[in-house]
Amino acid sequence: MLLFQAPVISADLIINGLLIGAIFALAAYGMALVWGVMNIINIAQGEFVMLGGYVAMILFWNGIHPLFSVAVAPFVLFFVGWALYKLVVFRVVDRDLFVSLLATFGLSILMQQLMNTVFTGNIQTAQSGLGTIQLGSISILSIKVVAFFFTIILGGCLVVFMRKSRLGQAIRATSQNARAARVLGVDTDKVYAVTFGLNAAICGAAGAMVAMAYSIHPYIGLPYTIRAFMIVVVAGLGNIAGVVLAGLGLGAAENVASFVLGTEFQLAFTFCLLVVVLVWRNTRLAAKRQYLK
Amino acid sequence: MSALLEVESVSKAFGGVQANKDISLMVPEGSIVGLIGPNGSGKTTLFSSIVGQYPIDNGSIRFEGEEISRLRVPQIARLGLLRTFQQTRIYGQMTCMQNMIISASVRKRGFGEMFHGQHDPAVSKHAEDMLEFVGLYEKRLLRAGSLSFGQQKLLEFAMALMNEPRLLMLDEPTAGINPTLINGLIDRLKRANAQFGITLFVIEHNMRVIMNLAEHIYCLAHGELLAAGTPDQIRNDPNVLDAYLGAH
Amino acid sequence: MNVPVRKLVGYAALLAFGVAAPYLFPAYHSQLAELWLFVVFALTWDLVGGQMGYNSFGNVLFIGVGTYACAVVQVGLFYNVANYTSSDGGDLTIYVFDATQFLTGLAVGLPVAAVVAGLVAIVFGSAVLGMRGHYFAICTLGLGVAAGQIAAGWDWIGAGGGMSSPNTPASLGDVTVLLYYLAFGLAVLTFIMIRALLSTRFGLALNAIRDDEDKAEAMGLPTIYIKVTAWAMAAVMLGISGGILGNLKRFIDPIDVAFAGETYGVWMVLMAILGGKGTLWGPVIGATVFQVLKEVFWTYLLGWQRVALGLMIVVIVVFFPQGILGWAREKFPEWFGHRIDRSRTGETAREPAE
Repeated sequence: MLLFQAPVISADLIINGLLIGAIFALAAYGMALVWGVMNIINIAQGEFVMLGGYVAMILFWNGIHPLFSVAVAPFVLFFVGWALYKLVVFRVVDRDLFVSLLATFGLSILMQQLMNTVFTGNIQTAQSGLGTIQLGSISILSIKVVAFFFTIILGGCLVVFMRKSRLGQAIRATSQNARAARVLGVDTDKVYAVTFGLNAAICGAAGAMVAMAYSIHPYIGLPYTIRAFMIVVVAGLGNIAGVVLAGLGLGAAENVASFVLGTEFQLAFTFCLLVVVLVWRNTRLAAKRQYLK
Repeated sequence: MSALLEVESVSKAFGGVQANKDISLMVPEGSIVGLIGPNGSGKTTLFSSIVGQYPIDNGSIRFEGEEISRLRVPQIARLGLLRTFQQTRIYGQMTCMQNMIISASVRKRGFGEMFHGQHDPAVSKHAEDMLEFVGLYEKRLLRAGSLSFGQQKLLEFAMALMNEPRLLMLDEPTAGINPTLINGLIDRLKRANAQFGITLFVIEHNMRVIMNLAEHIYCLAHGELLAAGTPDQIRNDPNVLDAYLGAH
Repeated sequence: MNVPVRKLVGYAALLAFGVAAPYLFPAYHSQLAELWLFVVFALTWDLVGGQMGYNSFGNVLFIGVGTYACAVVQVGLFYNVANYTSSDGGDLTIYVFDATQFLTGLAVGLPVAAVVAGLVAIVFGSAVLGMRGHYFAICTLGLGVAAGQIAAGWDWIGAGGGMSSPNTPASLGDVTVLLYYLAFGLAVLTFIMIRALLSTRFGLALNAIRDDEDKAEAMGLPTIYIKVTAWAMAAVMLGISGGILGNLKRFIDPIDVAFAGETYGVWMVLMAILGGKGTLWGPVIGATVFQVLKEVFWTYLLGWQRVALGLMIVVIVVFFPQGILGWAREKFPEWFGHRIDRSRTGETAREPAE
């Protein structure tokens, strides 16, 4: 097949895939955080990424170098996430998981349509003008490499924050046992609000990088949500190394699939992969008389 | 009396914990057999393994002479081996009558029978009779979820009877029941065995109940079979006393 | 069926209204047809969701499959499909359908749509219905979107450019009216089917699976067969509705019309919840209210109508999850045939309500 006749192309594909995969892993980490702490699967996860991208675009349109958005977007998105929690999400935390799925789906549609109405459906990129890097015969956009390293640094900071800071510990305590945490004086509502805001901020940073290194439009959200979900299902809640590996792997797989199947089938690949992953997981559990919980 | 249920050298571990280790026991047809043991001794795990909820690690389980350890829960239930749950499970949003009707035995019917009406007179009569038997006839049109805990336990028992099982495994049938009502329940269990011919295998913590009810008792401790015998033998067995009163 | 006289009168009145509607509202033929399709969407969703507890985000899979299957048959009976789609069907001089051809196409296409959709449900159902709760919901979401993406890349059916529904022959006049009656008939048929189903033990089995699936299995119910059958029944009706939809919209876009996960796919869930999940009339009421609201938004909030819809989804899910019938049942329990149990105040006995 073409893949093995042209090794240069495939290394290029894989490296580029890994670079975007790190961003997938970041969004997945945020989703696992919210899922683990509040037992909510945030369908609007991808929309937070999309919004982060538009923050970068707004900076870009106003003559500010978009690299600053990597700091600005998380800040803005934290408040967006926090506000959404205070307005909507807190009402569905204690209810059936399906209700929270629907509520966040509603929010996702709301945000998509809002952005579409305000910014139109055009595909946008926040040009960072950083040129390309040469690795042998492979040429990679420098911004992608910058984004990759920034993702690693951000991920590392998050892990340290969760382990060492009081707030991080409060969050982890709440995720393990909310009632016990409450008894010990932790304000769980505040923890939930901060967690949701933090998740949005993480996605915002990811989105800013996507806008610079790739491109955005109002409808990029759902695929990001699905990718994050897939990664969490494969890696398991709380398995950070797994999330990273799965994210990188997914990025590489998607890129290769896009080349092999054609770019028009890239999203088809992603969503089919979701179905395959879930069915495979469930079937393996079924052999042990269990099912995905 | 032939053995209706035979458990042979069954073991089951979860992660690092050996919940059941090399357990062998036998439930003769038409009898009432008890299963006792302190908390955590593996009684419910054994029940769950028998009805197919968990695949066992080792051993063999035979019902009416046929190996069932590879079968799934619905298949085993359709063979006539039912269990009630420790936490009492019923269909909360449906009425008691509806709970009963959907519990009618599916063994004699094909899948197509499901498309028959809910108000089959024979089935409805059977349901009303069973509800009457447990004393819930007046509540039959109430939503099952609105019944009290004790009433739900009775409903679960009635649903099991409705299914016409050969062997009914009850997990702590008197737990949480008002002590004044326990005698009535023991009486109904005995009648179910004598009148309807249902073999019973009962997990119980209440010693008075199980000594009164069972013909033969097995005692588990730490996942292993500790003792077996008639109620009198078990009552006087120092190992059993130790297991309940001694250190874990 | 034993139905009291006043109910029969009620049904008759509704039927009469349905039959007369195109003449009462001549400017709204396509919206009315869409309304009946929405009723089918909501009723079938609720069968598997509200009654059986399997909340699907991917029922659009069956609609889309039906849309394309029907269109392919309608065209394929008379012309080469690949040629048709590559020329976008736009060349009216070549791709002409006379009245007989058009009607034959529909008459064959709709049943084919039904069968294909049903088969898809059976094939995927066994695997996907083994998952519970949110995994099922997200997996079906994935299925629906994946199907749309695959359709958008498949040249034979027009790929991203979509496919035109066969041109309607002038001799048939306003085909929308015909489509309206087909949609209305389908809605009535779906309602009757579900009403009958819910009066059988199968209906009880659905509720048992919803209330406690593990218990249902432990009582010997063949849950996987029940689940797949229910989904297949929904799929068959959705397949036919897809065929009608394709003709109604005249142009089949793989993502906006056929496999419209973020519009029809979410709307059908909302309609069932808005009207009252797990009831027979809830989805019907919900579909009607939703369609009216949607048209109002489209007319008066142009530009912001989709944002308004998104907001409405959030509001209903968060603040009004019991839906119209749920709210009515709490306020006016006597309407639903509730009886008060004398021995326990505060609890009511009830006949199963519709």
